[in-house]
Amino acid sequence: MKGRTLIFKNQPRIFATATVAGPKEGAGPVGKHIDTIVEDDYFGEKTFEKAERKMMEGAIRQVMQNAKYTESEVGAIIAGDLLNQIISSSYACRSFNIPFLGIYNACSTMSEAFIIGGMLVDGGYCESALCATGSHFSSAERQYRYPLELGNTRPPQSQWTVTGAGAAILAMQGKGPKLVAATLGRVVDYGITDTNNMGAAMAPAAADTLCEHFLNSYFSPKDYDLVITGDLGAFGSRLFKDLMWEKGFDISERHVDCGEMIYNIAEDEFQGGSGAGCSAVVFNGYFYKKLCKKEYKRIILIATGALLSSVSSQQGETIPSIAHAVVFES
Amino acid sequence: MQSNENINFNKNYIDYVSSIAPKTKEARSLFRAFWVGGTICCIGQFIRFAFENWLGLAGDELAAYVSVVLIFLGGLLTGLGVYDRIGKFAGGGSIVPITGFANSVVSPAMEFKSEGIIYGTASKMFIIAGPIIVFGVASSVLVGLSYYIYFLVA
Repeated sequence: MKGRTLIFKNQPRIFATATVAGPKEGAGPVGKHIDTIVEDDYFGEKTFEKAERKMMEGAIRQVMQNAKYTESEVGAIIAGDLLNQIISSSYACRSFNIPFLGIYNACSTMSEAFIIGGMLVDGGYCESALCATGSHFSSAERQYRYPLELGNTRPPQSQWTVTGAGAAILAMQGKGPKLVAATLGRVVDYGITDTNNMGAAMAPAAADTLCEHFLNSYFSPKDYDLVITGDLGAFGSRLFKDLMWEKGFDISERHVDCGEMIYNIAEDEFQGGSGAGCSAVVFNGYFYKKLCKKEYKRIILIATGALLSSVSSQQGETIPSIAHAVVFES
Repeated sequence: MQSNENINFNKNYIDYVSSIAPKTKEARSLFRAFWVGGTICCIGQFIRFAFENWLGLAGDELAAYVSVVLIFLGGLLTGLGVYDRIGKFAGGGSIVPITGFANSVVSPAMEFKSEGIIYGTASKMFIIAGPIIVFGVASSVLVGLSYYIYFLVA
């Protein structure tokens, strides 16, 4: 480990992934890479919270099925989501006889899970680790914003929470992408208070982590085929590129954002997708398949999270953010 | 001891963000709010004339009937999932009329049904309209009192 960057010596691989998403995500550009597309926002349940839970459970079941694993072969589930007290993950894991580590780093939960899962498998403490996360547009709106049927307008800098869940199994077997390194994020807060402008709040955290990564790893932007951020959105991506440019790294040619690419901007998505499910669905669906086909040699995933709550924003607090980076090689 | 200090606060960044942040198209929003709001008011006026001519209502009674019909329509359109689409398009144009008030009461009532009738629907019904009611009642009391004192003195 150098600074905040750690190297995985044994290089655990992503053995299998699974993704579940809603109709809007299914209709988007990455739709055909999603395993299960749910046509109904309620997923046959009575509440949106139950629907989110069922999506998460579905992703976990699907990934075990894809890997042909039984419950006893999974060492631990590392999962988190956006709802208060991460109820979706906890309730989803109620159905499994597998140890559960609940984590929360808002929308950067996917890369945090990869880091912790990678440590468990790399260190030899577990044969395999299952990393999962998800979010649901309607349950997030309920918790963070207004009732769905309220007739208000969304400002142009806002993003749309992704309805979806993704899961991946890390293990020392298979031919999937190798987890080679990670850079841990720290909490960064430049003082943005607009809760509709998550991209601007999170861009500094992403830039902080990526700069730290480049300084610690002797890699430069050209060593990566892609620099993937989680859910900065179109506006946040622009700020992220500007911040990196200012620090002396030009990533404009190789940067993509999961939030920016998940939707056809048709309704009021504006800057693109957000939420824990955003990077989970796009990475475990689209990028995992591209890595398996060896279309990319080395990529870095920087999932970004805004660590606010509805209470902190009502009390006028600024928005602290975090970003964790994980490096995969095919 | 210093504590709870934001060591990363960056004024330059905040200024930069606000200088390039996407802006609301004001002219378009104002125009949409104007014509949708105006249309809702025309419908209200039509109902008013209809009640006046056909039912022979007048004064406070007439005003109350018109409000009731508009509140009903606002509630109905919210329940049918139409009002949020109108609101998305019109912004203030559909928030300001009384139908918008109905929407702000009915939408949380529907939304929180999943937490039960008492702790959900009934207790969350006024989370948006609550402040409007509080300030509406408080200011009406203030205006009433000043009227009373004015006529007492004059």
